Amino acid sequence: MTIEPILAAEGVTLAYGSRSIVTDANLAIGAGERIAIVGPNGAGKSTFLRALTGVLTPRAGNVRLCGASIATVDRMVVARTIAVVPELAQLPFAMPVDEVVALGRLPHEPPISGLRPSDRAAVVAAIERVGVGQLRRRDARELSMGERQLVFIAVAVAQAASILVLDEPTAHLDIRHQVEVMELLRDLNERDGTTIVAVLHDLALAAHFFPRIVVMDGGRIVADGPPAATLDEAHIRGVFGVDPALVRLPAGAA
Amino acid sequence: MASGALSQELGSVGLAARIRGRPVVVAIVGLVVLAAVALAGVGLGSVRISPADTIAVILWRAFGIDLGATWAPPTEVIVWELRLPRVLTAMVIGGGLAVAGATFQGLLRNPLADPFVLGTSSGAALGAAIAILLPVDIAILAFGLLHALAFGGALLAAFVVFRLGGAGGPGALTRLLLTGYAIGSVLAALLTMAMYVSGSDLRQIFSFLLGGLAGASWPRLVVAAPLIIVSCALIVARSRALDGLLLGDSAARHLGVDVRRERGILLALASMATAAGVAISGLIGFVGLVVPHLVRLLVGPSARRVLPISAIVGAALLVAADLGARLAGDVPVGVVMALVGAPFFLYLLGRTRSGYEL
Repeated sequence: MTIEPILAAEGVTLAYGSRSIVTDANLAIGAGERIAIVGPNGAGKSTFLRALTGVLTPRAGNVRLCGASIATVDRMVVARTIAVVPELAQLPFAMPVDEVVALGRLPHEPPISGLRPSDRAAVVAAIERVGVGQLRRRDARELSMGERQLVFIAVAVAQAASILVLDEPTAHLDIRHQVEVMELLRDLNERDGTTIVAVLHDLALAAHFFPRIVVMDGGRIVADGPPAATLDEAHIRGVFGVDPALVRLPAGAA
Repeated sequence: MASGALSQELGSVGLAARIRGRPVVVAIVGLVVLAAVALAGVGLGSVRISPADTIAVILWRAFGIDLGATWAPPTEVIVWELRLPRVLTAMVIGGGLAVAGATFQGLLRNPLADPFVLGTSSGAALGAAIAILLPVDIAILAFGLLHALAFGGALLAAFVVFRLGGAGGPGALTRLLLTGYAIGSVLAALLTMAMYVSGSDLRQIFSFLLGGLAGASWPRLVVAAPLIIVSCALIVARSRALDGLLLGDSAARHLGVDVRRERGILLALASMATAAGVAISGLIGFVGLVVPHLVRLLVGPSARRVLPISAIVGAALLVAADLGARLAGDVPVGVVMALVGAPFFLYLLGRTRSGYEL
């Protein structure tokens, strides 16, 4: 039985100018999956995400969203299907947090009249779910990096897409918030059926919260499977170049 | 220290909370103020005309409504032929420059951007200088060579800047700004050259650089107003793209905004509104830079609120400044606006430092 993947990379090769970043990457993502992409710096993870979300056009190969080549799908439809947590850009003007989160409704709201009551409800729900309710009226520019990270995750949650893509969502967070974000992702995945694709640096978090791990190295996908098969001693030593004893994985993972 | 931080937080919460849900009130107050300064603008001057007579003349001439009032014939000429077109021109240009400024600030994600960042001011000024120096005199529909070349120069400058500096990719906005600066410098150098050789025409070139509404007339208004109003309306209709771009290019793309296309269209529309305005009034600064910030202080940064309210406030500000300039004996309108407006703006900046900032 083959289920058609909701998002798939088929022989994707990516390059900036003459510099090749990703080579012949194949990845089929089924609806409702929860996938962590790991790998050392410069492995091509973020670039690969840019291709998966339709921002970067592959040099060779193709990215398919629900079977259709993603370049041919209307941008608004892509935006309603794939939500990407924005980079932590600084805002040019003061803006209350809830208005920032409301930007996540852009692909849904009517172009002229703006937010409908249902959009406002989605914004409030996203703020509650990510746990940034106490920040609602704060100027987003005054927030700490960690707070801003949570707010930008809330933007993507408000977008209410069936696929949520995150690039190092825990980079600026303390350990408690890291775990809370992981639990949020698991909850969105298990309760709402949202497909999650996240680039992560913390192998222990990845192994603990993600049933499927994709390991990238040197622009190629070198392993793909459950943590036990992908984050074993050989890969940690070979790909990351560190003593596996330094990485404490949850029992049973390795 | 802890209590200080807390009160600051409460202060910003209070301000932000008061800001929300107010755009309609702000818009209505703005419209009332606009109507009042417009009425004052038509009524006041070397000959004073009462508001009742002003309204009666306007209703009679515009709509053929007879209120039963009578007035001396000169009153009608002053109201209808001299002051009303000037006030309406100030309204349209002030509103257009404010909307263009808000658009450039949002698009370039730069609070210091104004309608002239793409070199439109230098382009317009050089075009006007060339027209003044050329020994020909043609006019179509009251549009002289000066207006045509100023309009064309502004648009051409913006187009060249966009073509040279408008490529996408990382650092795109900085490249566009620096390209605008470089092209503007070239044009300014040519303008200086033109002024150097202009001899007795220098004063005329200088008066274009200072800006002013003395050249307003019905025919010019009828040509420029639709360009400005349609451009601004189309910009307002694209508020969503402007809002998406607040988060940066890649985030906007993920929110479904076709960044390259929207940026091109919005830059073109804002340049059009700017060019059509400066072709008639010459270079008028301050409105386009300051009004959007003032409006953001009142209603927050969402383009859907900032753009229409900026149009109202910009219109009222330029009408008021032009009235002040006329009453002060026809000093340049930019001088009045900067002398009165800048201290007021500084006061606002100082007041809001601890709470809801720009």
